[in-house]
Order: sequence, then structure tokens, then C-alpha cells
Amino acid sequence: MKKSGVSYAKYGYIFSIPFVVTFIIFSLYPTLYTVVIGFTDLRGLGKTAFKILSDPFENYKIIFANKTFRTSLKNTAIIWTMNFIPQITLALLLTAWFTTRRFYVKAQGAFKVLIYMPNIITAATIAILFNSLFGYPKGPVNDILVRFGWVAKPQNFHLQKWTAKGVVAFIQFWMWYGNSMIVLIAGVLGIDVTLFEAAEIDGANATQIFFRITLPRLKTIVLYVLITSMIGGLQMFDIPKLYLNGGPDNATLTSSAFIYNQAFSGSYLYNRASAASMLVFLIIVVLSVALFLLMRDRDEVKLRRQERALKRRGGVA
Amino acid sequence: MKSLKASTITMKTIIYIVCIFLSILSIFPFWVMIMNATRNTYQIQQSSVALLPGKSLMNNWKILTGKSFNPWVGFFNSMIVSTGTTICAVYFSSLTAYALVAYRWKLRDAFFSFIMAVLMIPAQISGIGFYQFMYRIGWTNSLLPLILPAIAAPAMVFFMRQYLMATLSLDIVASARIDGSGEFRTFNQIILPIMKPAMATQAIFTFVGSWNNLFIPLILLTRQEKYTMPIMVSLLRGDIYKTEYGSVYLGLTLTVLPLFVIYFILSKYIIAGVALGALKE
Repeated sequence: MKKSGVSYAKYGYIFSIPFVVTFIIFSLYPTLYTVVIGFTDLRGLGKTAFKILSDPFENYKIIFANKTFRTSLKNTAIIWTMNFIPQITLALLLTAWFTTRRFYVKAQGAFKVLIYMPNIITAATIAILFNSLFGYPKGPVNDILVRFGWVAKPQNFHLQKWTAKGVVAFIQFWMWYGNSMIVLIAGVLGIDVTLFEAAEIDGANATQIFFRITLPRLKTIVLYVLITSMIGGLQMFDIPKLYLNGGPDNATLTSSAFIYNQAFSGSYLYNRASAASMLVFLIIVVLSVALFLLMRDRDEVKLRRQERALKRRGGVA
Repeated sequence: MKSLKASTITMKTIIYIVCIFLSILSIFPFWVMIMNATRNTYQIQQSSVALLPGKSLMNNWKILTGKSFNPWVGFFNSMIVSTGTTICAVYFSSLTAYALVAYRWKLRDAFFSFIMAVLMIPAQISGIGFYQFMYRIGWTNSLLPLILPAIAAPAMVFFMRQYLMATLSLDIVASARIDGSGEFRTFNQIILPIMKPAMATQAIFTFVGSWNNLFIPLILLTRQEKYTMPIMVSLLRGDIYKTEYGSVYLGLTLTVLPLFVIYFILSKYIIAGVALGALKE
């Protein structure tokens, strides 16, 4: 606003200061610090002094060669996949049902409330709850399985590698499919209604409408769900850590639990844990870039529209 | 036409059966948890699924609080952390978003691109550096490092900016200036009330997210009197409660009771918020 002789631009900077300062202190600095620690000999409880290793990449080499780390990455990928495929399938199915007018589902609101509920409950509590639910030899799940005659005798879910992985994947699925469903339904509601009406008039059935109209238009949102779920999956910690503490025989040890164990138990290998963090970070960066490009495209369009609207209004400041 | 109708009815029946099954699947674990919180070890060992409560609630409470699990301490600490986090995040994210929308400054676009870029970077990644930093300045076993980082919440700034761009008319800001209102006062007294709906949505999610957070509190807090609820709950897995099934279930119930209350009062807004978040992003 040169016209009035006062520039308000400086307030843009002033109001951003708290964010920027906090970000530098509590995010940027710790991140750089983690990077540095990854090249040093820092280990041992209560130690803070360190020096850079003569071979700076020694920690990385050791982590790469570490069988447990590779197992933990593999577990993360397996558990995430076992959770995501049923999650997105069920979420899409429910989305189709809830948004098809012909099926008009009464009490839809109540179903959504109940289906979404596990998502907001403390994961730490859920992990320990499921540990009790799958208890052996007595536990609710075993009781039910035996009572209905599905198994002859109680199963020890905690001792078998694949059931342990399966339960962790199931908990993740159970906590998140409601969230994905609501996101997808919101996406469908954003689609132009006339498209559906036209298709109905042309005699398309519900299945055709879903696969030919709804799904193609949901592509961006499905991708959004996929990428955010992958990034979340890479941080999977509470459930595997508290359900069986990574066991049995590292079958549910995820990369986050591995990093935690390296740094905060045994010989407190802060340096190795930092190197492992950075490797996971690298994967997340790649995924974030994908998401950034995806969102920027959608945002740019909106931004340009809003900018134009602002100009029309004669734009203050 | 008749066959079409019949197939629709069949479909509808299937839909209702599946939805009711999924609803039961959501409730069942918590139902078992709450019922068993009122039953004694013997009853639970006889049959671990009960649809009706028992009479051992008080006894379970005595056993539970007689050992290391202290629900009051956990509740109190979690309340402080979650409330502090929510206030910091909501207020400063709104302020930052306002800076991005209301003013034209040189670095604005660069700043916004930066926020978009760091949107998805999780705090866990820098956990080791964060711990070492806090250890050096003596802030482990303090609740401050769990609260203050919330002042810089990129995802919320992003959400608030989208909301402001859709609702804020800069004429209001201009007329406030003519009336002699300072920029900071305009934000506090005129802009914040406009942002109330967005702030409420974000406040719920921040509060719940902070209440549920385990990783960072777990690495920072070692003294039991500083434990938040999720760390307190991890005590229930230890050997001290090994056979006290009823007490373990009661402890679990206590940690999530506030969330159930919040959820059943605000579920409508929470679900709308999840949908809105996705649309805005």
C-alpha cells in the first residue's frame, strides 16, 4: 500500500517469527544434530561428547550390514502391506455403498461414528489391550475360537511369527480403514453430481458408475491416502513396541522400534540409531516429494483462482 | 423393474449386515475391556468374554493404584501437555497463516513452499538429536519440550491458510486499520473470532494427537512423576500386574476414558474434520 505511505509487509515477517524460531530450535537443529551424530562415535547413556569418526560412514556401513535392521525394514514393509491392501479395499467398498443413492444407507452417520472410533483411541492402550485379547491359554479371542469350535485347542498367537505380524497388521487396519473411508467419501462428495445423474439416465448400474466415474475421479485422493499411509507406516512404533516388544524373534520389530532399541536400550548406540534414522528419513523424503508434487498441482489451481479474486477485490496490503 | 428392486434389497441387506458387523468389531474390544475392568481374576480366567459387568471394580482399583500405576499423575501430566500443545499450535498456526494470507512480503511464497515441503516430516526422525539436545540443556523430565515445539506446526498452518483464503475478506482488515486498530490487535480481536470454526476442528485433533503421543515422551521422560498417560499405560504390560487381569483392564479403561467422552460429544465435528482435512489438502 505505497499509496497511503504505510507498508504493512513487515508484519508478514513479524507474525512469522514465532513459527520460524520454534522450527529452527525444535525441528531443524535436532535434525541437523541427528545427521551429525550419525557420523560420530556418540554412544553410552548420559554421554554428550563426541568426535567425528575417521571413517565418517562407518555407522552407515554397520547399519547396512546389520541383519536386524534389514529384518526391521522388511517387517515394516510386510506389515504395512498386510494392513493397507484390506484397508483401502474395504474403505473403497464402504465408500461405494455409502455414496450410491440407490442403496441409501440409513443410520449412515452412526456407522461412520463407530467405524472411525478406533482411530482416535490411544495406540499404546490398544496395543496392550490386544495383547490381553489374544492372550494364551485364556483370552477372549481364544475363548471365542474354542467355543465356536473353529480351533480344537487355544492357540498361542504371541509365539508364532505370522500370527504376531498378522495381529499387528490387523490392529493397524482396524484403526485406519475408517479414516480412509471418510477421506474417500469426502472425495466422492466433491465430484460433480451431474456426472452421476447423466450416467444413471444412460442406464449405467452402480458397479459401472463406481468403476467408470467415481474411481477415476478419486485417483488423486487414493494416491494421497496411499502416500500418507506409507509415511505413517514407516513410523509404526506404538503398536509393535507395546504389543509384543518386537517379538517373537524380531517378527514384529519395525524400523522405528529398531531405532528406539538401538538408542535407548542395551549400549545406547546413539550414532547407529541416527544413521538408521537418516536412512528411513531418505525414504520419507522421496515419498514426501511425491506428495508435494501431487498437492501442489491441486493447490496451484486454487491459488491462482483466489489470487484473481483478491485482485478483483482491490487487494489490501 | 421387479428383479432390479429385488437385487437392490439383497444388496441393502448385505450392506447392513457388513456395517453392523464392522460396528461390533469397533466396539467389541472396548466392551470386553470395560466389562473385565469390573471382574476379578478368577472370573476372567473362567471366561474372558462377558457381556455384563461384575462387582470387582473397587477391588481392581485398589490393586491397580496399590502398585506403580498412578492414573492421576498420568492424567494430570497428559492434561498439561495436551492443553499446552493445543493452545500453542492453534494460536501460532493461525498467526502464521494470517501472515501468509493478509500480507504481501517478499519471502512469502518461498516460506509457504517451505511449509509445504516439511509438511510430512515426522518428529520421530530427529528423535535422537532432539533427545541429545534436551539432555544437554537439562530439559529431559520436563514437559516443556513436549509443548513448545507445537508453536511450529506446518500441517496446521497449511490448513489454517486454506481456511483463511476462503473466508477472510481483506476489506475487514482495511476498515480495522482506518478505525486505528493496530495489526496485532486486529488479528486478536477480529481475525481470531472469524477463524473459530477452523480452530475448533484443529484443536480437537491436536489435543487427541498429543494425548496419544508415545515416542517423544517415552524417550524424554524417565521419572515416573512426569509420565504421560501412554507411558503410564506401558507399565501395565510389566510383570507387576501379571495375573491381575481385572486391574490391567481397568488401567487401560482409565487411559482412554477421556477420549471416549470427547469422542461421543464431538464425533460429528471430528468426522466432519477428517473429511475437511482431506479436502483442503
